[in-house]
Amino acid sequence: MANSLKCDLCGKPATVHLTQIVNNKIHKVDLCEECAQAKGVTDPSGFSLADLLLKTSLNPEPQAEGIRCEQCGATQADFKKQGRFGCPACYEVFKPVIEPLLGNMHKGTIHVGKVPRRALERKSLYDRLTNLQGELDEAIKAERYEDAARFRDEIHQVKQAFGEKTLS
Amino acid sequence: MKIAPLFEVPTELADPSGSKCAIVLTTRIRLARNLTGSPFPGWAKEAQRSAMLAESLAVVAELPQMKKGLSLTVDELSDLEKQILVERHLISRELSNAKRGAGVVISRDQSAAVMINEEDHLRIQVMRAGFQLKKAWNAINTIDSELEEKLNYAFSPTLGYLTACPTNLGTGMRASAMMHLPALVISSQMEKVVRAVNQLGMAVRGLFGEGSDASGSIFQISNQTTLGESEEDIIKRLSSVLNTIIEHELNARAKLLEADSSKLFDKIGRAFGILQNGRLLTSAEAMNLLSLVRLGVDLNVFPEVRRPVIDRLFIEAQPGHIQYAAHGAFESARRDQLRAQFLRTEIASFGPPDFNVTGKN
Repeated sequence: MANSLKCDLCGKPATVHLTQIVNNKIHKVDLCEECAQAKGVTDPSGFSLADLLLKTSLNPEPQAEGIRCEQCGATQADFKKQGRFGCPACYEVFKPVIEPLLGNMHKGTIHVGKVPRRALERKSLYDRLTNLQGELDEAIKAERYEDAARFRDEIHQVKQAFGEKTLS
Repeated sequence: MKIAPLFEVPTELADPSGSKCAIVLTTRIRLARNLTGSPFPGWAKEAQRSAMLAESLAVVAELPQMKKGLSLTVDELSDLEKQILVERHLISRELSNAKRGAGVVISRDQSAAVMINEEDHLRIQVMRAGFQLKKAWNAINTIDSELEEKLNYAFSPTLGYLTACPTNLGTGMRASAMMHLPALVISSQMEKVVRAVNQLGMAVRGLFGEGSDASGSIFQISNQTTLGESEEDIIKRLSSVLNTIIEHELNARAKLLEADSSKLFDKIGRAFGILQNGRLLTSAEAMNLLSLVRLGVDLNVFPEVRRPVIDRLFIEAQPGHIQYAAHGAFESARRDQLRAQFLRTEIASFGPPDFNVTGKN
């Protein structure tokens, strides 16, 4: 192996050389012993080159904070620095940032595979609730009070079911 | 010691009955899962992590698979205990370095473990001896579904299971196999294999990076991508890659025997001799020697019943285990001495090698 290569992270002589091909794109990284250790390259249980590349390619130049997740307070700059999101809600908030990256990282951009039963039920109840709330607001605005009462009852029912689903 | 119960029950890792294929040492699957409404462990405050730990530790420990299992929090474990858990692949290095508010639940037979507040809220892992991807998937799928009945998973219909790092998004699954590939290493074919396997979207990890001689010629092959493909398809793809590698390894062994069997048997015989008589052994050297003796078992130089012994020694020759057995913390020079002594005793029961049998498998 070539010894003249420098570590991509700190510039010291590189002794660890990695090549990974994801979706026919070649990614090469050269690292020195220390950085390889620090990045967990030598840890057989948990290293992903894609992960490492994500962090280096996102390059942590300090710029505007960008978008911010209201739920957990993580900003776009935080994501760029750490390559990790702050909370599950970040995926919705940072959609424009993450979407273009997914194609490079994975086989596809849409989940196929196991679907958790309860999580899906919660989601559909939540969507229904949002829908009904909208209809209720409109009915009130249009002074269709009979409809409004019906929507209010339905919302009550869905909320009860939702409560059971989340608490059970 | 908190982890003492682990030593009372034989570990799944060295179970001979599961090893229908000697080249695959172990099969492992892990699932990354997170709960809605809580920040990921890396972003959460200590109080949030502690609350999450307390809540999920109780739920996980109640699983039928975890009956009589071990619930541990990281801050109640000594460095040595954590090292032993890492050497047994029961926790990751990341978890062992975690600050407060992280933990793990380990099943009694050590075939299942759930890490809490590693990179994700939950990292479920199932381990099986030998080439058992489907069985491992069925087992972990059941655990996952049972947990989902009690915990609110963060899930998006389009992006799948939401994970702290987008590289785990989708299925959140990493399926892997530890493979023993001495003949491919001896005949310098590993680099070629790594390249081919990478091209198929699978990762190969040796201890020292691409193409290098991983200690003990043991390599971990796993899927790299998690989104856009179902769990079953990932497993199918990985299985076919593993089968191809097995075929190549068997071919390489046949070629080595055909070309110059005495050269190969010399390596095995010398390795055995050093294990019998060595006085100082580093863990890397021990791994390489054990690996050659294991190859000897595959080639009928030693009886079949010795293979599970070697698979156990792969773990017990690690620094943490050596220190645990000797009841103390020792400098690496002293450890090498203890390791050599330990292996001498274990190997003593092996009996002389028989180089007249040249069958393979």
